[in-house]
Amino acid sequence: MQKLDVRLKQIPMPELPVEKRLQTFDEVALGYSEEQALAEAARCLQCTHPLCVEMCPLRIDVPGFIKLVRQGNYVEAAQKIRQENCMPAVCGRVCPQERLCVLGCKNVIGDPINIGGLERFVADYELETGVTIPDIAPSTGRSVAIVGSGPAGLSAAAELAKRGHHVVVFEALHEPGGVLTYGIPEFRLPKKVVKQEIDYVRRLGVEIKTNIVIGRTLTIDDLFDEGFKAVFIGSGAGLPKLLGIPGENLCGVYTLNEFLLRVNLMRAHLFPRGSKTPIRVRGRVAILGARGMDAARAALRLGAEEVCIFYQRKLVGRVDDIRRGIEEGVKLQPSTKPVKLLGDENRWVKLVELVKLKPGQPDKTGKTKLIPVLGSEFLYSAETVVIATDHVPNTVAAIKTARNVKVDEKRRTIIVDPETLMAADGVFAGGDVVSGAASVIEAIKAGKRAAQSIHAYLMKH
Amino acid sequence: MENEIVYKEELAPEIKLMKVRAPLIARKAKSGQFVILRVSEDGERIPLTLIDWDPKNGTITLVFREVGATTKELGKLNVGDVIHDLVGPLGKPGEITLYGRVCVIGGGIAIAAAYERAKKLKEIGNNVVAIIGARTAEQLIFRDELKGLVDKLYVTTDDGSEGIKGYPSDVLKGLLESGEKFNLVYAVGPEALMKAVSEVTKPYKIKTIVSLNSLMVDGTGMCGCCRVTVGGKTMFTCVDGPEFDGHLVDFEELMARLRMYEEEEKLAIKVMEGCGCRS
Ligand SMILES: Cc1cc2nc3c(=O)[nH]c(=O)nc-3n(C[C@H](O)[C@H](O)[C@H](O)COP(=O)(O)OP(=O)(O)OC[C@H]3O[C@@H](n4cnc5c(N)ncnc54)[C@H](O)[C@@H]3O)c2cc1C
Ligand SMILES: Cc1cc2nc3c(=O)[nH]c(=O)nc-3n(C[C@H](O)[C@H](O)[C@H](O)COP(=O)(O)OP(=O)(O)OC[C@H]3O[C@@H](n4cnc5c(N)ncnc54)[C@H](O)[C@@H]3O)c2cc1C
Ligand code: SF4
Ligand code: SF4
Ligand code: FES
Repeated sequence: MQKLDVRLKQIPMPELPVEKRLQTFDEVALGYSEEQALAEAARCLQCTHPLCVEMCPLRIDVPGFIKLVRQGNYVEAAQKIRQENCMPAVCGRVCPQERLCVLGCKNVIGDPINIGGLERFVADYELETGVTIPDIAPSTGRSVAIVGSGPAGLSAAAELAKRGHHVVVFEALHEPGGVLTYGIPEFRLPKKVVKQEIDYVRRLGVEIKTNIVIGRTLTIDDLFDEGFKAVFIGSGAGLPKLLGIPGENLCGVYTLNEFLLRVNLMRAHLFPRGSKTPIRVRGRVAILGARGMDAARAALRLGAEEVCIFYQRKLVGRVDDIRRGIEEGVKLQPSTKPVKLLGDENRWVKLVELVKLKPGQPDKTGKTKLIPVLGSEFLYSAETVVIATDHVPNTVAAIKTARNVKVDEKRRTIIVDPETLMAADGVFAGGDVVSGAASVIEAIKAGKRAAQSIHAYLMKH
Repeated sequence: MENEIVYKEELAPEIKLMKVRAPLIARKAKSGQFVILRVSEDGERIPLTLIDWDPKNGTITLVFREVGATTKELGKLNVGDVIHDLVGPLGKPGEITLYGRVCVIGGGIAIAAAYERAKKLKEIGNNVVAIIGARTAEQLIFRDELKGLVDKLYVTTDDGSEGIKGYPSDVLKGLLESGEKFNLVYAVGPEALMKAVSEVTKPYKIKTIVSLNSLMVDGTGMCGCCRVTVGGKTMFTCVDGPEFDGHLVDFEELMARLRMYEEEEKLAIKVMEGCGCRS
């Protein structure tokens, strides 16, 4: 039995020291050692009505897997999670646990359990020792096409493969993984881990075809003509939204997606020797928008002198990652809004003009809008600017190429039946392309739910 | 094998033509569309126009000039080699309709694209005048093919080594001043040429289509690297284009954005050439 004072405090996750972080893109959170994992697992109260489970979108049996950790059965613990979640090593790292499972664990004595840290520990352990492939149902002779290889597409693919269907995933980019591959940086989610998790999905029998843009290379109707009996669209919300202010097409101005694509997918941080794709980060970097923490931390690692995020209300991201970014030197300026960007004679960005914001009069519902403070305009000099506001769904696949799929014109999302996730006869959709930008775990959940309805649909057709 | 080079020809110094096995792209390709390719595992993604496609044999034809690290690396591949990644067809297809009398203009490496467009416009019955230009005579690719195809061909070189000394836009200007009429002018080539052509046709209010060469990464509308201002609005060349109304394009902005990585491009060539691998 642990002593009470030990029990109160969460075992801290070991991290790369701040001074070392900026010289590398290596992962910052190092993961628990076996000893640390056992100590953290020992803190769990094994609640009979565990709120942690309620708060996990996939209802992972948290006390159950933690119990296995305590017994030293790490592989079994991982398998328990993997039954519900095909990517535990990813979720352990990137789930916003403080709003999910860990929030549910608030009512124990002392700090909540670091559930993500333990999930990651067992998942990494299993990946190292080799993942065993679960039993796969006998072939049903039916084929399903999946559009997009992000978490939604991959989880749908994994579930359907386990049920004996033949599954082919089509991915537009040259590497699978969606945001896990092109969006979330190496220092938060090593690409090696993503590759291992995708390998697991492949080993379930799923075929992944890259470099195929559905809607261009093949249409959804083509897929049906080729014999696929159902299609799942998990094409994500990867389209950037611009600010609509003067100067945003100046040289040196990136969208968040371009910045992250160059770094994560194209490995521009290794330019010119390890990668042929360049990126320009010089001097001071202004990040415009609440989604900018990943870009800000990447910019510091690419040699920026100073990086400042300008945003309105609240940064998007996990608390741990925001804390780490601030430790690394990312500056924050809330309650501000860019007005225009100014360039030099060669059309390179030089200055960002911003305005301060304050809460306006509350409306009928009591909500206040932020309004510009008159005369509070100020300038920030920057040689690189990243626009990190919103993303909209990528519906290239659906528009015009699929039978009767409807798109919400305003939100740009695919309209589905909320229960079955069916968008049209035989066509299903889920993840960010339906919800708008959300989270990895919600995308995995949508993929699983769609797989259930696709399975039911296939058994009837 | 997919992405395998099945034919290679040097059309002129540093200009190569390649036929590549890509049955899915060949089946869907339309005039004016392009592919994005990566030569190697650590390679950059670069766009190249589809110059020809053969759905029956499952091949596509690309023509490129070796200007930087990626195109030089591509030029080193031979028949039997495989291009690491190849995706397409991308971009909106061009409009191929009966306009009547059309002027097709191609400059430099883009003469290949101009030839492809002239062929399609001719096939459906347009009367086609072509003006092509290059720095020097030996760079005039597709000259003979065009001569046999179009109703009238004008040739220019910067140095006067063949045809008229000057630019294709000068020839167009002369034609319009002498009273020639066109229902459409289609221009593809260096930005400076497309800009000059658009300026020449503007006072005559002739519909002018240009095919832009913005920098690209994904080519599917995800990154906005290829954005360009057209008629005051921001467009993405890879999905809204690559063809736009030349009278509305902000060419100055486009040219500045194309120079964004000048220093890095030089560095990439240096690294490539200094790598010690003498082949
Ligand atoms: C920078 C960044 C950081 C994030 N950090 C976190 C985090 O820490 N935790 C968290 O939970 N969530 C995070 N998110 C959100 C999360 O990544 C997404 O909600 C999630 O990835 C959505 O999954 P998806 O499968 O719906 O789509 P995506 O992951 O976007 O995958 C869609 C895939 O479909 C492909 N595709 C699109 N169109 C086509 C087509 N026509 N044909 C073929 N393929 C196509 C795309 O190329 C892409 O690979 C982050 C998002 C971003 C952008
Ligand atoms: C839709 C589209 C279709 C294209 N079709 C063809 C084609 O059929 N054949 C062909 O040879 N090229 C074509 N290009 C241009 C081609 O993509 C570039 O030549 C190529 O990216 C250069 O890569 P690199 O690494 O070899 O050279 P880099 O090192 O990137 O550049 C070397 C030099 O080329 C210039 N350059 C770089 N990118 C471009 C560009 N996109 N357009 C014009 N100049 C550029 C640079 O300013 C520099 O001077 C096309 C471009 C687009 C956007
Ligand atoms: S999947 Fe995510 S939310 Fe669920 S228990 Fe694991 S870390 Fe928590
Ligand atoms: S709520 Fe917390 S203490 Fe209770 S079972 Fe879940 S993780 Fe353990
Ligand atoms: S190249 Fe990325 S949006 Fe056009």
